[in-house]
Amino acid sequence: MSNETSATTARRGQAPRGERIADWADGRLGIYSLAKSNMRKIFPDHWSFMLGEICLYSFIIIILTGVYLTLFFHPSMAEVVYHGTYVPMHGIRMTQAFESTLNISFDVRGGLLIRQIHHWAALIFLAGMMVHMMRVFFTGAFRKPREVNWLFGFLLLVLGMFTGFTGYSLPDDLLSGTGVRFIEGVILAMPLVGSYLQMFIFGGEFPGHDIIPRFFTVHVLLLPGIMLGLLVAHLILVFYHKHTQFPGAGKTNKNVVGMPLLPVYMAKAGGFFFLVFGVISVIAAVASINPVWAIGPYRPDQVSTGAQPDWYMGFAEGLVRVMPGWEWDFWGHTINFGVLIPILIFPLVLVAIAVYPFIESWVRGDKREHHILDRPRNAPTRTGFGVAWLVAYFVMLIGGGNDLWATHFHLSINSITWFVRIAFFVGPVLAFIATKRICLGLQRRDKDKVLHGRESGIIKRLPHGEFVEVHEPLSQEQLHVLTQHEQPAPLELAAEVDENGVERKATRSQKLRAKLSKAYDGEDNVIPKPTVEEYKEISSGHGHH
Amino acid sequence: MKKLSARRRHPLAALVVLLFALAVTGGLYAAFAPADKAQADDTAQSLAIKEGKKLYAVGCASCHGTGGQGSSDGPSLVGVGAAAVDFQVGTGRMPAQQPGAQVPRKTPIYNQAQTDQLAAYVASLGAGPAVPGKDQYSPDGADVGKGGELFRTNCAQCHNFTGKGGALTNGKFAPTLEGVDPKHIYEAMQTGPQNMPSFGDGTLSSENKKDIVAYLGAVNGDDTASPGGLDLGGLGPVSEGLFGYIFGLGALVAVAIWVAARTTKAKKS
Repeated sequence: MSNETSATTARRGQAPRGERIADWADGRLGIYSLAKSNMRKIFPDHWSFMLGEICLYSFIIIILTGVYLTLFFHPSMAEVVYHGTYVPMHGIRMTQAFESTLNISFDVRGGLLIRQIHHWAALIFLAGMMVHMMRVFFTGAFRKPREVNWLFGFLLLVLGMFTGFTGYSLPDDLLSGTGVRFIEGVILAMPLVGSYLQMFIFGGEFPGHDIIPRFFTVHVLLLPGIMLGLLVAHLILVFYHKHTQFPGAGKTNKNVVGMPLLPVYMAKAGGFFFLVFGVISVIAAVASINPVWAIGPYRPDQVSTGAQPDWYMGFAEGLVRVMPGWEWDFWGHTINFGVLIPILIFPLVLVAIAVYPFIESWVRGDKREHHILDRPRNAPTRTGFGVAWLVAYFVMLIGGGNDLWATHFHLSINSITWFVRIAFFVGPVLAFIATKRICLGLQRRDKDKVLHGRESGIIKRLPHGEFVEVHEPLSQEQLHVLTQHEQPAPLELAAEVDENGVERKATRSQKLRAKLSKAYDGEDNVIPKPTVEEYKEISSGHGHH
Repeated sequence: MKKLSARRRHPLAALVVLLFALAVTGGLYAAFAPADKAQADDTAQSLAIKEGKKLYAVGCASCHGTGGQGSSDGPSLVGVGAAAVDFQVGTGRMPAQQPGAQVPRKTPIYNQAQTDQLAAYVASLGAGPAVPGKDQYSPDGADVGKGGELFRTNCAQCHNFTGKGGALTNGKFAPTLEGVDPKHIYEAMQTGPQNMPSFGDGTLSSENKKDIVAYLGAVNGDDTASPGGLDLGGLGPVSEGLFGYIFGLGALVAVAIWVAARTTKAKKS
């Protein structure tokens, strides 16, 4: 390569500076082949494909602002007496962690703004991941070959929750200290190992002097480090698999229709980063978050009402709040079911959504690659499951904020707790049924639109006096979108006796699979899309219908 | 003397002696009784009690009984003191609109003069805490930091960190302390209205109460600054999460839609 280059330069004089720099780098890094394959990488255009970008950018913003905060934060539980800028806190004993948070808020230049950007970006990061996950779920973008990337994303969400929680605990204010106390209770509720684990993690009795420094290391080093690695892997896989696309004319399972990375997406993504940064900064500039000066320093003997975690942990808070405080005594060992059961349900609910792609591909016997997204209505069972999961999740969020629901809607907190207890079990079932029916209704509507066209709103009076509405036929593109989806037949159990008369016994798992497959793709759960014959017959001009 | 002794059996003699004795005792009492000023107050006080009793008979007696002895609809008022009346009537909670889990604050029905008369009447039924003086609850000379610590120890578990209020069981609630007269906060601590425990001077000294009132004035008063911007109700992570979802993620999704809509579309030939 370099010989070639020198030969050309000898012919035409020196190459431009940019080319020489690129040559220099290519000789050492091999950027030409890398750039060739990636610069023209095509990405499809849809706003919902940018939800992941919101997460990526808010994560970058969190890292940038977090680095600034570490310059001024002292992760120490040594006690000091405050004599700083904030007068209503004068003479109060507090830890250095809390004091330095007050100093960041009142004395460090830009400190409060950076702190608020950091915290708001964290809330938005988690909310963005949640919505991004729902987009991927409801469009079936998790199907082969993207199951592993789905798991990476899921791990990012879970790690994000715990990174957020450890960060929320660092200022050592009365709110976050109550949260740490909650965690201590969770650890203690684990049978057999609980008390040992508690001593190990806290380095002694609660609160001890170790938990803030330990959370600090976990918050700024361990978890973000893992997350950064997972994030890079997540993005590499997006590149490697290529992006999915919504069905449309000219879009197949084998191509990607969109714009190239360079220059279009580089400009768009770069601009979008600054827009995200701008929006979060504006929010951080106008809205207060975690005002630690109003909350006060943590003391184990103090607690406030309205002590909730940040929203992404509100689900766990709700589970513990609505669980009856059952306790059993086993030969002098207390098993606290009031906390133990919630902390078992918490991971179960999360894992339920994480393993869903594998369950679906097993049930439907689907081993093919999918790059065209499903319209949610065309997968009623999946959509129903997703909505049921969301209902369970948000019902528990209501449980986590039951006191505020009580005061703001003038309700009894006890009734809300009972509502949540019942709705956690009944709500998802009702949501599943209702969602499935809505999906089937939408499928019927699609079929109707394909066969009879769009209602135009134009009313015609026929010579004999009848009124009819004129239906406009759909365009080819629209017809394609409404009819391109596959409707796989449910898996059938193989015949009990094969052609040679040998008995073949279906295993229990095969039977279960056939049953579930019927629930997915059986005739009660899908509206057959119009066939070509039906379409031809109706559109061949027998008038209006 | 003869005239006197001659009339000593007169039918009216006993009456005259009685009058004389009364005059002497009265005179002696007048001579040795406490100062004139107190006597003047007494008259005003008895007038207030008299007026208060009339108001009481109209507005309160149906639940609390004609003599403040209480009934199935309302507790006895013997010994609750003037401070309790000043709080309950002064914040509009009494007279109650309807029975329920808790009687909420509303526009007062009686003016301050009438409230004082009612308070005087109820105070006359039995000894109880008096209405605090201005020097007791004014923030001058109070230790705000100490007040914050006391508030977080004794009050925050129901009233929230800065007194924004919170929920109690079965529809009861700890009301917000925003815009509550410092005097009424002081009286509430003294008397423990409705579901609130009372913090008598043995539990929280009058100095402590003064500190707490000053702290609330500093963090939840009319001119309290919120250095971080909108305080979102001061309710903590629930309102922050809601705000983050609606305005944070909502704005970003709107921006994403805008960016995605603004693209170079392939030209149709």
